[in-house]
Amino acid sequence: MLTYIIRRLLGMIPTLFVVSVLTFIIIQAPPGDFLTTLSTQMAEGGGGIDESALEAMRKQYGLDQPMYMQYLAWVAGFPRGDFGYSVEWKTPVADLIGGRLGFTLLFSVLALIFTWIVAIPIGIYSATHQYSWGDVVLTFIGFLGLSIPAFMLGLVYLFIAAFWFNASVGGLMTPGLESAPWGPEKILDVVNHLLWPTIIVGAAGTAQLIRIMRGNLLEILGQQYITTARAKGLTENVVVNKYAVRVAINPLVSVMGMELPNLINGATLLGIVLSLPTIGPMFLNALKNQDIYLAGTILVMLAVLLMVGNLLADVTLAWVDPRIRYE
Amino acid sequence: MSTVVQPGGWSYPEETADAPVEHEAISAADEKRYARTQLQIIWLKFVHNRAAMAGGAVILALYLGALFAGFLAPYDADLRVDAAIYVPPQPIYLVDDGKFYPHVLGVTRTIDRETLRRTYLPDPYTKIPVQFFVKGEPYNLFGFIPLETHLFGIADKEWGVFLLGTDRQGRDQLSRLIVGSQISLSIGLVGVTLSLLIGSVMGVASGYFGGWIDDVMQRTIEVIRSFPSIPLWMALAAAFPPHWPPLQVYFAIGVVLSLISWTWLARQLRGKVLALREEEYVLAAQLAGGSDWRIIFKHLIPSATSHIVVIATLAIPNMILAETALTFLGIGIRPPLVSWGTLLQEAQNIQTLAHFPWLLMPVVFIATAVLAFNFLGDGLRDATDPYSMV
Repeated sequence: MLTYIIRRLLGMIPTLFVVSVLTFIIIQAPPGDFLTTLSTQMAEGGGGIDESALEAMRKQYGLDQPMYMQYLAWVAGFPRGDFGYSVEWKTPVADLIGGRLGFTLLFSVLALIFTWIVAIPIGIYSATHQYSWGDVVLTFIGFLGLSIPAFMLGLVYLFIAAFWFNASVGGLMTPGLESAPWGPEKILDVVNHLLWPTIIVGAAGTAQLIRIMRGNLLEILGQQYITTARAKGLTENVVVNKYAVRVAINPLVSVMGMELPNLINGATLLGIVLSLPTIGPMFLNALKNQDIYLAGTILVMLAVLLMVGNLLADVTLAWVDPRIRYE
Repeated sequence: MSTVVQPGGWSYPEETADAPVEHEAISAADEKRYARTQLQIIWLKFVHNRAAMAGGAVILALYLGALFAGFLAPYDADLRVDAAIYVPPQPIYLVDDGKFYPHVLGVTRTIDRETLRRTYLPDPYTKIPVQFFVKGEPYNLFGFIPLETHLFGIADKEWGVFLLGTDRQGRDQLSRLIVGSQISLSIGLVGVTLSLLIGSVMGVASGYFGGWIDDVMQRTIEVIRSFPSIPLWMALAAAFPPHWPPLQVYFAIGVVLSLISWTWLARQLRGKVLALREEEYVLAAQLAGGSDWRIIFKHLIPSATSHIVVIATLAIPNMILAETALTFLGIGIRPPLVSWGTLLQEAQNIQTLAHFPWLLMPVVFIATAVLAFNFLGDGLRDATDPYSMV
């Protein structure tokens, strides 16, 4: 298993190289650079910017170098944890994104846990009560959850919260509490602000997982060893939970790998809608202002997150399913 | 009755062993059932699935609505009525005094002196008749037939009918939704057509030829898939130069959307072709001297058609959602083009949402379209599955 993990990790390096090249090409594709954006902004604001000052800044940030030199300079810093300099924030990129990437990850993992906790019992219920009212209603809600993406659910949530509950939504905590010391009140406030966003990001995944769980369980409940278990007089509870569910859960682990990109997508967009400190708002701003190193690093990091997540899903699958061997 | 025991372990009555096989009488109805073509079977299974039929009907209605947008929308999508900023949705009353007399109530506007907020109160004494086939703003049906007749509207230009309310510039939301559906619903088709072209060629070639072609293709797909889709779409969409004309941006977005989604089709088709390649009929075609391209286009792609159709149907809603998200973020469709994402942009801010909740209406339209596509795609998948029975 260890050799498998090491081999996969090594295999990521060439992919990562291609990913970084592609990212750089896409990110610097728009005509002009950060400084042209800046000078048009200044010109619109009334005050022009001196041409020689622009030239000096261009030199300072290395924007006068040929493209491949800029790329090499950027990538060369990666192993040292140096991801370039954000011209907009006037801060090294590494200092900017750490916390936000961490929060995006935490948020995605919370949503994933929510998805599993909710989807498995509902899936079991739906399968054991096939075509009952509960099943039909849950299936419909599931389809609805699949059809409305997180950012639109976020808008609806904003509306409901503001209109009916008059609650403070958006952001990580109620304005005014940022500087307050951490105490039970503040923690509760943060939990309140994160609960619904987590549910919203997890909604689509939950719907999908319910359908998969229901399908798997239905298939397994029709198999002969289940009939045998019933025939020898086991209670329905034991038959379902000990015999069928255990087997039906296995394929869900492999779905986890497919789930992760959706969660990252959802967290990115919902972060923008609800102004949560995920990587989304920062990424959008960096793209709009042509802050190339910041935008590029975020895109590469999200790809890394995805690759590692897929590896973890594969490893988990091998761990829970004795039939899978990676040797 | 004595029986002969076969080595295989199963038995049959002795006296019938040599009896001539009796042909089972087949009723006319059964014969008709057995003679059904593949398409007939698929259609029958599809008709049985009520959710899929409903989905298909909704989609048909939406696309027809987009086609006849100019006629259905009471106003031009960009018509600004300064006197009607943020008017709430007006209900249509069908009956007056026991007679059929469709009308809306006039509104009186008051502006709060302190907050400058406009409030509109319906005035029960001003009944404005809503007429059908009314003359209004000129438009071009299908882009080239100049017309002025709208399905419904108000003849008196002093008043307006805003069934779904208006936005901050006094534009009728219903008209904008109908006109916006043209862009939102068609961009999925553009994207899917492109990804079908790329995906089927790549997937089939990859599965059929194998070797280095397969290797290159799989690595390419792997790299594309290692990006999360929304951030990659965002980066690509943000890269369009600002001076591009809106129509070019529209097609560029279609290209960008297909850039990721072709990989799904290619992977699926590759697997399918890998299995089909070993079938005898392919070997027969090869022995008969059929060229590779002939085998691919005459034998492999047709047998995967149902697969392709299903994947395409399920890909369209994702593209609609992606376009909406990009436009919502301000890096998608650009004005003067209107899409559902453009409309959602109006609903970005929490204050606006709290005061003018009808601006969330596009969500209902988007969700309906996406849900319908999902039902249709699921139904098609079940219908084209050769192992399920009617």
